Amino acid sequence: MTSADTRSQKYPVGIDSVSMAEIERRVPAGEAPPLPPNAQLAVIGKSIPRINGRAKVTGAAPFTVDVKLPGMLYARLLRSPLPHARVMSIDIGAAERHPGVRAIHVINDVVGRAVETTGQNTPAGTSGRRVLYVGDPIAAVAAVTPEAAQAAVDLIKVDYQPLAFVVDLEDARKPDAPRVFTHPVHGESFAGGNPAGAALPQQGNVLGPNKSGSRGDAAAGFADADVVVEHEFRTQVQTHCCLEPHGLVADWRKDGLTVHMSTQFTAGIRAELAAAFGLPLSRVRVIVDAMGGGFGSKSSAGNYARAAVTLSRQANAPVRLVLDRHEEQIDSGNRPATVQRLRVGARRNGTLTAIAIDTYGTSGVGLGAGIGNFAQAIYDCANFELLQSDVFINAGPGCAMRAPGNVPGAFALEQTIDELAEKLGMDPLTLRERIDLSAVRREERRIGAARFGWNRRRAPGSDSGPIKRGLGMAQSLWGANVRTNSACEVRIFRDGSVEVLSSVQDIGTGIGTVLAQVVAEELGLRPEDITVRIGDTEYPAGPPSYGSLTTASITPPARNAAYQVLRKLIEIVAPSIAAAAGNLVARAGRISTADNSRSIGFREAAAQLPTDQIGVVASRSDDYAGFARKMGDMASAQNALGGVQFAEVAVDTETGIVRVERVVAVQDCGRPMNPLQIESQVQGGILQGISYALFEERILDRHTGHMLNANLEQYKILRSRETPAIEVHLLENYQGMSATDAYGIAEPSNIATAPAIANAVYNAIGVRLRQLPMSPAAVLAALGRIPQRSGPT
Amino acid sequence: MNSFEWSSPRDIAQAAGVATTTVAAAMVSQSGRLSTDGVVFKAGGIDLLDLMKEGLLAPRGIVNLREIPDLAVIAQADDGGVRIGANVTLAQLAADPVIRTRFLALADVAGNSASPQIRQVATIGGNLLQRPRCWYFRSRDHHCARKGGEVCFAFAGENQYHAIFDHNGCAMVHPSTSATALVALGAKLELTGAAGTKRVVGLEQFFLLPEVDIQRENDLTPGEILTAILLPPPAPTSRSIHIKQGETDSFDWPIADVAVALDTAPGGACRAAAVILGAAAPVPHRAKAAEALLVGKTIDADVARAAAHAALQGAAPLTKNAYKLPIFETLVRRAILAVVRGG
Repeated sequence: MTSADTRSQKYPVGIDSVSMAEIERRVPAGEAPPLPPNAQLAVIGKSIPRINGRAKVTGAAPFTVDVKLPGMLYARLLRSPLPHARVMSIDIGAAERHPGVRAIHVINDVVGRAVETTGQNTPAGTSGRRVLYVGDPIAAVAAVTPEAAQAAVDLIKVDYQPLAFVVDLEDARKPDAPRVFTHPVHGESFAGGNPAGAALPQQGNVLGPNKSGSRGDAAAGFADADVVVEHEFRTQVQTHCCLEPHGLVADWRKDGLTVHMSTQFTAGIRAELAAAFGLPLSRVRVIVDAMGGGFGSKSSAGNYARAAVTLSRQANAPVRLVLDRHEEQIDSGNRPATVQRLRVGARRNGTLTAIAIDTYGTSGVGLGAGIGNFAQAIYDCANFELLQSDVFINAGPGCAMRAPGNVPGAFALEQTIDELAEKLGMDPLTLRERIDLSAVRREERRIGAARFGWNRRRAPGSDSGPIKRGLGMAQSLWGANVRTNSACEVRIFRDGSVEVLSSVQDIGTGIGTVLAQVVAEELGLRPEDITVRIGDTEYPAGPPSYGSLTTASITPPARNAAYQVLRKLIEIVAPSIAAAAGNLVARAGRISTADNSRSIGFREAAAQLPTDQIGVVASRSDDYAGFARKMGDMASAQNALGGVQFAEVAVDTETGIVRVERVVAVQDCGRPMNPLQIESQVQGGILQGISYALFEERILDRHTGHMLNANLEQYKILRSRETPAIEVHLLENYQGMSATDAYGIAEPSNIATAPAIANAVYNAIGVRLRQLPMSPAAVLAALGRIPQRSGPT
Repeated sequence: MNSFEWSSPRDIAQAAGVATTTVAAAMVSQSGRLSTDGVVFKAGGIDLLDLMKEGLLAPRGIVNLREIPDLAVIAQADDGGVRIGANVTLAQLAADPVIRTRFLALADVAGNSASPQIRQVATIGGNLLQRPRCWYFRSRDHHCARKGGEVCFAFAGENQYHAIFDHNGCAMVHPSTSATALVALGAKLELTGAAGTKRVVGLEQFFLLPEVDIQRENDLTPGEILTAILLPPPAPTSRSIHIKQGETDSFDWPIADVAVALDTAPGGACRAAAVILGAAAPVPHRAKAAEALLVGKTIDADVARAAAHAALQGAAPLTKNAYKLPIFETLVRRAILAVVRGG
């Protein structure tokens, strides 16, 4: 940047009430001026109830499943009942003749999984497409009623040639295991755990190891260690369990395609469908209003949305396709299972000398079952060795789920660090003081320990009765991500009303409310004065709601757009109050001189507009001090996000039941924009973490390949009575990096929960659980309380 | 879900005249294809709708019993006991003052079943007659022995939630926790047949083990309506309790549940004992050895411990459910002590 289009500004940096300072940054000329810390602001940083909260709790908020268009058809999918088979022929004759059927689409090209370089995607009915898991989509039907669509699906005759299959992770690794893929595969790391496909060795069902991320000399590090801890950890497959299922209404018209879809990324779906159907971006519109969760699984169009669009094109009518709960469980993504062998070496003073991890996992027929960057990045250790492999099984593909990789990775490493502390005779917090270089987490540990009462922690297994209580803690690490391809418009109308517009969608975390706050703060108005228009690609293309990057990506352009449109308004009205534009600011509903001697009401000012409305579109500038990494539209900030969580558990050693009684979370997300919404999001992360730790597990039958708990009844999940007392404390951590300095919270709040619980369970009973979920069977087995009796089988 | 004919008789005589089959019979198929010629009774409809939505049952007709007013009443019986209409909801039972004071185990179980929403709709009759929750039985893709197929998939498969007793050919556990409590309380059933004839049968005798009939859980005959549950008057010195242990405490099935009813002489020995295990066997399982151990003894912690141990005599866990043994032992001991200390 040249000095002509930049200017120098001083920004507050540091942790509020701990270490505040100022830093000088060169910023683009159009940037809004620096924001002071939250305490000095009127709207930003205040706990404001979400703008559609009342509509949601009264049932008035429209979700995708509520969309009904004139002439709309209903679609259902035919899915493979077999875990592995060749489709020899498909006869749709009887289905076509069924009354009310309007379109049938046989699915030949599938997406969202590893792809063989040859052989897999040959058209069904000719040389025989292979279906790779129970639930693999085969065909789709659109009809005038859901019943007719289902009846027609049942009438499709498929001739399958069953093939040998494997659904058990350990079975799949054996040399003689049935092969899921017989040719070399490539594809994206949908599950997000580790980079996939980069010319990795592939033997049988094992792809890998991927050795990227290693540094130093692990062998030398271990030789240098006084203490080495080594264990194997196992984590299960967790499904996303969005309360609102995946679904869309696709409306193909001559002049373009409109899709109402429950999605985390309207602009991404637009690009994906435009490419898939050969349409210009300008002829595809994607809309979402209220959303009932995604957790990573609603980021792409998938096979189901492609099928619905195809049916709409064929039938020349809108088509609604909504997955049922069974389909949600078997084919809408999942968090991969992992098996991690961890080895950590340290000196007596706690200094880490080496970390070595050998891990494999399964993302079904997908890729990316790795353990993220948690162990690689959280602690100071010069020697780090990482081997990661994907194992293919005949099960639905994984996809990114809330902090992919880091959630299972933290479960293993944070327990290992806890054990290392015990071996060194150190408090787990003291050890982390030595090995964790983050000043933010240091403050989080201090606050958390005080609020939680860490000093109550006793030796493992101290309680004498059958119910034993324990305290544990663990830490979180996640990237501070930004998508620079994020834009927002702010408009001021002649009547003084204001609009903020972006295609960014509210996944449920309340970004619309935050946008209203940002614009209101800048224009000196109240959040309720701002009309928020989001979730529609007719508006400037906003970021996705994944990667914990939404707030970081869209609030700076929103503020800059508001700032710039306000400057336009001020230029227009300044003469009318005989003030220099440069002296005017907007506050408390008026535009006034700094000393308040001259002013005009915002509405009266707007009345002077020469046109009905003025507007400015702004997009995300780079972080002021630059990014750590940038690849295309995506960037990682120099700082990382973190958090520390403390858990108190009660373990019934006679029944194996673990109940979490209390969690204290201290989290950071740069500048907290709306503490009420952030606390709610952190609570959600903790609840999902408890559920992962204690209850959830996809169970596949190894003899039939079916998921046995493909519902919300046998798939155990946390509900109201398992909800503990939760305290959330937010750090204000200013960096001076953008017009809002705000970052995300979704994923960092989900990482530390399971290991904090596991460490608390150890503190309660003196036995470690290195496998998830920590079910009664697992706890009783760890305690040696299950009699060794064999049944009659 | 299929289309069906609907009728809603207003009294028992009218309902008993309809030619119906049992839900169990309507679900049996040799081929694995759904039969569509059954006509079945519906009470609350909780389980019936589940089965239909899961594609396991496709009746031609449904006879709704919900509009029969006599079936929704809890009344004092002539023998001093209580007569519970089969359409009484679980929520009604949990809130009823007589049930709460005289039959605590039943109040416990009704108030801890399913979710508040389901308890408002689910009837006690339907609860006793619901079909098993075994995930193989509930899967369209597993044609198991109970549905007319050849095998029980649980023995070689995922049996962590299955039976540890009496799994001869089928490893289901009986799904009704109410049944556990009602067997402990000595309940009988009033069944009204097609011609309006009534028979009374002990609840415990009503349930059938797979070795007797693998395709049905009870002795309900086609056309028969469960009209009432009859509870004998408890001795003034008796007390009961039901403990349900799920993996979660909200809206979950038990991994183990236990009902204990004890009649104890004031300050003295146990005169009669019932120890019933639920989620343990294809029927509510009476722990006879535990009962025998309790009768005649003044119950203290040691006696309770010994009885709890005896309750698992004959247990034969499967590959993945031996963890249930220590849980049952714990629940039985705690239930006995809770009854004794509560008295």
